[in-house]
Amino acid sequence: MLQQVDRVEGLQRVNDFVVKFANVNGSGSASANALFAKSVLRMGIPATPRNIFPSNIQGLPTWYEVRVSEKGYLGARGGGADLMVQMNPQTWDQDIADIAPGGYLFYDNTKVLPASKFRRDIVVIGVPLTEITNAAYKSTRERQLFKNIVGLGALSMLLDMDPAAIEQLLAEQFKGRDKLIAANVQALHMGRDWVTANLEAPIGLRLKRADAVGDRIFVEGNSAAALGAVYGGATVCAWYPITPSSSLAEAFTRWCQRFRVDKETGTNKFAIVQAEDELASIGMVIGAAWNGARAFTATSGPGISLMQEFIGLAYFAEIPAVIFDVQRAGPSTGMPTRTQQTDILSCAYASHGDTKHVLLFPEDPYECFEFGALAFDLADRLQTPIFVMLELEIGMNDRLCRPFQWDDTRKLDRGKVMTAAELQAGKKFGRYLDVDGDGIPYRTLPGTHPTKGAFFTRGTSKDAMARYSEEGHDYQENMERLLKKHHTARTLVPPAIIRSAPDRAKYGAIYFGTTSPAMAEADEILAEQGITLDLCRVRGFPFGDEVAAFIAAHDHVFVVEQNRDGQLRSLLVNELEIDPKRLGKIVHYDGTPITARFIADAIARRLQPTPVASLREVVS
Amino acid sequence: MTFLPKPKLHHPDLQKNALGYTRRDYEGPVSTLCAGCGHDSISAAIVRACFELDIAPHRVAKLSGIGCSSKTPTYFLGASHGFNSVHGRMPSVATGANIANRELIYLGVSGDGDSASIGLGQFAHAMRRGVNMVYIVENNGVYGLTKGQFSATADKGAKSKRGVVNTDEPIDLVGLALQLGATFVARSFSGDKAQLVPLIEAALKHQGAAFIDCISPCVAFNNHEGSTKSFDFVREHNEAVNALDLMLPREEITADYAPGTVELVTQHDGSVLRLRKLHTDYDVHDRVAALTYMQERHAAGEIVTGLLYVDPEPRDLHAALKTCATPLNALDDAALIPGSAALDKLNASLR
Ligand SMILES: Cc1ncc(C[n+]2csc(CCOP(=O)(O)OP(=O)(O)O)c2C)c(N)n1
Ligand code: SF4
Ligand SMILES: [Mg+2]
Repeated sequence: MLQQVDRVEGLQRVNDFVVKFANVNGSGSASANALFAKSVLRMGIPATPRNIFPSNIQGLPTWYEVRVSEKGYLGARGGGADLMVQMNPQTWDQDIADIAPGGYLFYDNTKVLPASKFRRDIVVIGVPLTEITNAAYKSTRERQLFKNIVGLGALSMLLDMDPAAIEQLLAEQFKGRDKLIAANVQALHMGRDWVTANLEAPIGLRLKRADAVGDRIFVEGNSAAALGAVYGGATVCAWYPITPSSSLAEAFTRWCQRFRVDKETGTNKFAIVQAEDELASIGMVIGAAWNGARAFTATSGPGISLMQEFIGLAYFAEIPAVIFDVQRAGPSTGMPTRTQQTDILSCAYASHGDTKHVLLFPEDPYECFEFGALAFDLADRLQTPIFVMLELEIGMNDRLCRPFQWDDTRKLDRGKVMTAAELQAGKKFGRYLDVDGDGIPYRTLPGTHPTKGAFFTRGTSKDAMARYSEEGHDYQENMERLLKKHHTARTLVPPAIIRSAPDRAKYGAIYFGTTSPAMAEADEILAEQGITLDLCRVRGFPFGDEVAAFIAAHDHVFVVEQNRDGQLRSLLVNELEIDPKRLGKIVHYDGTPITARFIADAIARRLQPTPVASLREVVS
Repeated sequence: MTFLPKPKLHHPDLQKNALGYTRRDYEGPVSTLCAGCGHDSISAAIVRACFELDIAPHRVAKLSGIGCSSKTPTYFLGASHGFNSVHGRMPSVATGANIANRELIYLGVSGDGDSASIGLGQFAHAMRRGVNMVYIVENNGVYGLTKGQFSATADKGAKSKRGVVNTDEPIDLVGLALQLGATFVARSFSGDKAQLVPLIEAALKHQGAAFIDCISPCVAFNNHEGSTKSFDFVREHNEAVNALDLMLPREEITADYAPGTVELVTQHDGSVLRLRKLHTDYDVHDRVAALTYMQERHAAGEIVTGLLYVDPEPRDLHAALKTCATPLNALDDAALIPGSAALDKLNASLR
């Protein structure tokens, strides 16, 4: 007896659908939503949630969209929701419109709504959550708190979920607080029982235990990157709050409190300063790194813009610095809570004068951790700023990924730092001398030796011995060495991952960062249509030789990215001197994560010249 | 401006300090500033203060922004690491450097343009954070390096060399430092070495944010009639509230002055500030009164100098951050990396 406006044949799907929760921010929904996603994972079914939180809309709406996919597709699917859990009256109309035909609407029907508020092609499921919780609980606080859990219980019954998975998670979450566990379990069953008594369950969307998750972990990229910074030996973090990067600095604080407080003295083996702006945060990072501590900042596009002058100084004066840029849609405030890959060029060539920087592009939290740690070794080794290019899409969403790994025999690579003993023994020191032919000079840290190795760091030009010089040849030699050093970086950044189709394909696709899961899925869709592609996931800049070879080996290469101008494509054209005609631009930049459907559609249409107009796609 | 190689001829009986260094060991290459520039006198005062305090030159890190004043760290303490950063941003670089290694002495040199114009924010925040450093502003009321434009410390009504009258209110860095919690605040004059050297010494011994606003005339662009930062004007209007001698713990402390005219202030490290009071009712421990006094005297056209405020037991940024005793830049891998076992445990909690 589902409440239906019309008798609709609902979608029939097992372990492959999208649930979207429409909530009011701050209503306690976040933890219930996460509980749902984690329960699906515990049932062995991959699930990928995404927080959608507009920055400035009345009614504080937030959405939490979970893609359930036993096949393991972690990219956004696109299209409407198969099940809308509607808990925010303010966004009702928009949410109803957002349901896929044949999809389901779950809502609190304590208050009766007129038939005109519903669609005829969806299945409507009303559960009087307010009525149930008002009857069961006295205080408003309890009513609010448990409404989400009663709702989750009802949902679990409708979707045929295993309640044991949820109960287990509740037990872990409230470990040691037995009363709380019991109360939550009770609320859960209140919802389940109401559904059993009043509705037909399960519905056409069902969750069935599977074994497709393995030992993977579920974590946010910002948190993973911050953990990488801890493992990478970072001791100094200077930052200025900005979405979507703030949670990275905040996570670093939490990890440090866990791992870096001296047990005996209670003192900190780290320092975190919330600076007055991004100029100060990068200044502090540069000061600390000049003085031999591993230091980083976390920011987003607007912060990168403010740091420009200092980044040039760090490049030219050769000071290590790690910058986590969690990208959002710009320019300026742009769409501050929407995802993009839009700072590629502004980071690659950050600052005035001739500069080029090292960038890393993690695809998921696993690589956020890996590259987060690696960035500090690279910064010290190369004595230059290193940018870790996260995106809101992985930064602020939990994502299933390989478990973190650490090799205990691994040593932090502090790079070429000349010690007091070496100076004492008479080893020649010239701050900007290219002694090893790799463009990387030796440095000394302040306070090392009473009479040897001191030098003056400056942004003005100098000779190889760090003496002020405006001689043209001194300037040029230095700039050429910096270029050589950048060339050396090619061999130190993580190489691109290349995946060749069984028979060598004529066409290739280059992509990076969070486009990764959508690209993998698109590749399968295209294969079904008889289109085979070779894939190249770029993980670092400067580009390694394998990227140039990949392009050379294909008739045409699509560069798939999430910005308007095809920034990575421009970088490839510019740095590898590729004929632009050989690189097709496929861009998606409306602030939502790129989808497999979008990519497959765009590539298929490009290869089969029967153009069909599409509203969302921008192709040039 | 030319570059002269400087002869390093050590006179055999050049006086040595307790560490065996001579004054020369605290000097740097020959200055390229204009002959007679006030900034060079401040460099000389820094050299003397470090020599007299027996500071090992390499234990000092000198930092600056951009300007003639910010160029000066090249010309003193040649055996120290120096960092000539970007315009107005020395404070953040110094803050980071200080956080990385709490054991060195941090000496920041800046100009009035560098600290009161473009870098006012960074100046303010370094003061309020209590970065343990000596922060000297070589204040000439103009941008020397870019050829004489007014800076934000130029007095209202002051006349530029070209005859333009400044119509904006001046920013008083001393007032700001007092208000923002600096724990050592002084003003001096590059032409008064007897006052300046002990102030720099006391600041070097201070374990918190020590600020010295040092009026330092620009002979090229701001030393004319109508300027309030010229040698003549400052000499005429200088009103010192006290005279300072710094006495180290090893010295015998003498105070052979009339009662009530001398005050001894013991700093955290044991050094003693012997203050001869020139204005008997001026209290160096009263931040609020100091602020009022500065404003009153400024309105009366005086330039108040001397040690203006001191908190002998300051709390610095490291105390606030609760950083460990070992400098952060000296922590080894074992202290920094939680290891694979911790990671495995963490992985398990993320499933
Ligand atoms: C971002 C930036 N803007 C402008 C300049 C040009 N500039 C160099 S020094 C200076 C003013 C310096 O004045 P002050 O700090 O008072 O030093 P002084 O030369 O008077 O000692 C200016 C505007 C610069 N170097 N950087
Ligand atoms: S221009 Fe002024 S501040 Fe600069 S060196 Fe000459 S006198 Fe000194
Ligand atoms: Mg000046």
